[in-house]
Amino acid sequence: MTRAGRHVAALLALTLPFWLASPYFLHVVIMAGIFAVLALSLNLLLGYTGQLSLGHAAFFGIGAYTSALLTLRLEWSFWAALPGAAAAAGLAGWFIGRLALKLRGAYFVLVTISFAGVISLVSINWMDLTNGPLGLPGVPAPELGPWSLRTKGAYYYLVLAAVGLSYLACRRLVRSRIGRAFVALRENESLAESVGVDVTHYLVLAAVVSAALAGMAGSLYAHYTRFVSPEVFLFTYTVTMVIMVVAGGKGTLAGPLVGAVLFTVLPEALRAATSWQWQMLAYGVLLVLLVFFLPRGIVPALSALRRRS
Amino acid sequence: MLAVRDLVVRFGGVAALDGVSFEVRPGTITSVIGPNGAGKTTAFNAITGYLPPTRGEVTYDGAPLTGLRPSAIARRGIVRTFQRTSVFPALSVADNVRTGLHLRGTAGFLEVLLGRRRLRDEEVRLAREADELVELVGLGHRRREIASELPYGEQRLVELAVALGARPRLLLLDEPGAGMTASEKGVVSGLIRRIRDAGATVLLVEHDMRMVMGISDTVIVLNGGRVIAGGAPAAIQAHPDVIRAYLGSTGG
Repeated sequence: MTRAGRHVAALLALTLPFWLASPYFLHVVIMAGIFAVLALSLNLLLGYTGQLSLGHAAFFGIGAYTSALLTLRLEWSFWAALPGAAAAAGLAGWFIGRLALKLRGAYFVLVTISFAGVISLVSINWMDLTNGPLGLPGVPAPELGPWSLRTKGAYYYLVLAAVGLSYLACRRLVRSRIGRAFVALRENESLAESVGVDVTHYLVLAAVVSAALAGMAGSLYAHYTRFVSPEVFLFTYTVTMVIMVVAGGKGTLAGPLVGAVLFTVLPEALRAATSWQWQMLAYGVLLVLLVFFLPRGIVPALSALRRRS
Repeated sequence: MLAVRDLVVRFGGVAALDGVSFEVRPGTITSVIGPNGAGKTTAFNAITGYLPPTRGEVTYDGAPLTGLRPSAIARRGIVRTFQRTSVFPALSVADNVRTGLHLRGTAGFLEVLLGRRRLRDEEVRLAREADELVELVGLGHRRREIASELPYGEQRLVELAVALGARPRLLLLDEPGAGMTASEKGVVSGLIRRIRDAGATVLLVEHDMRMVMGISDTVIVLNGGRVIAGGAPAAIQAHPDVIRAYLGSTGG
């Protein structure tokens, strides 16, 4: 994006609630923001270290439950529960990273899927802690000094700040020697080891950071919908994240953001345009076309186009 | 400095290395030669931690290397290249080398997230050092090209630059001249000499006898997983066991 284009985008993002009056549209944008954090998080693993986690909803759900329980049972404030959720999810990421040290490719995928399955079962069956399938209602809205962030307009800015911070953190990370170590692991593991990159260390680090970001997104989700149930572990969430990252452009910084906005807005737009039978069909066809014509994703395709012109 | 003692590597019932012992003196170029299947690459893999030896010991400056991970061995200054070309395929030449500079940077997680001046200075320094290495191997004009799209010989030069990025005190090169044109081999021989003259030690596996005899201070001959001879290039060329091993293997 050019400098002017970036300024316009920033201005749009900062003033959005003032001209997008409809609560419905604002809701779609807030969900896009939460998914943007999730897509950034998944991209660290999938795009940079090259490991596909198909259990990412587990970290999202752990963050959502941790934040809900900390505020409901222990009466922590949101501002303490948010980092708590990130830490709990990060711990789970560490566990998965350690477990998957020797596993790559399909085996890593299987471990992450199984982990998500187990955590989901725990959330359904550990009635005392999670209230089972009934879920946890009444998660408090965050408060900032005298203000409660219970309106969509206020929550929008909270999510916007989270997206901005996550993006900056990811950008700093991938443009550093740590990010280059992640990429080395993706590109050629033996060569990476031969020049001193401790591959296991960096795989665990990527898993922890990725999981912590997903946990933060989970916390934002819990305090936005004010209700957490085992649905947060749905496989659909993981699939949506993967679609966002792959379609947007994995291994790029802007790709997950573009993917998150596109694939939150698109289903809603299709819902408005057609009946529900056609909605999923059209979604599927669009997805196939996208993968077929832009296999590396939207952002890499755009930058290739710009280089040529 | 590098001492290999009674190294045995067995794959099932087959002994790829059958009690290999040798030493590499600091500041020299030592070549390991031998017919195909003699165990040269296996020895490299066992020394650099890619393959656990069945028995035996490798020490460097008196400290054992056996059992360490390759990255830990690299941190001790022992860096290897691979027989089959090994680059970071999707990255540009410059990014390949920058990635190889991992050990020359120090920024940790928190500094990467929050650092300012020092972090920036380090990035600038690393970018400059990467450029210098790219120039050193003569690929300045290829800096921005994607490594996997380069001709084979140039990919080997990228690999060499990546290895040098880890500041090896002992550099193990597995057939650095394979698949190169005569002029590229000349460049590589010159580089290997410069690496030694800069104070590093080089251990290489190579099939090109002209290259081996031209640059080596010491030559070690492996055959059937054992060391059958070792010494100065001239002595090796005249060694009856060596001549027999080579004639036997080529049928000529």
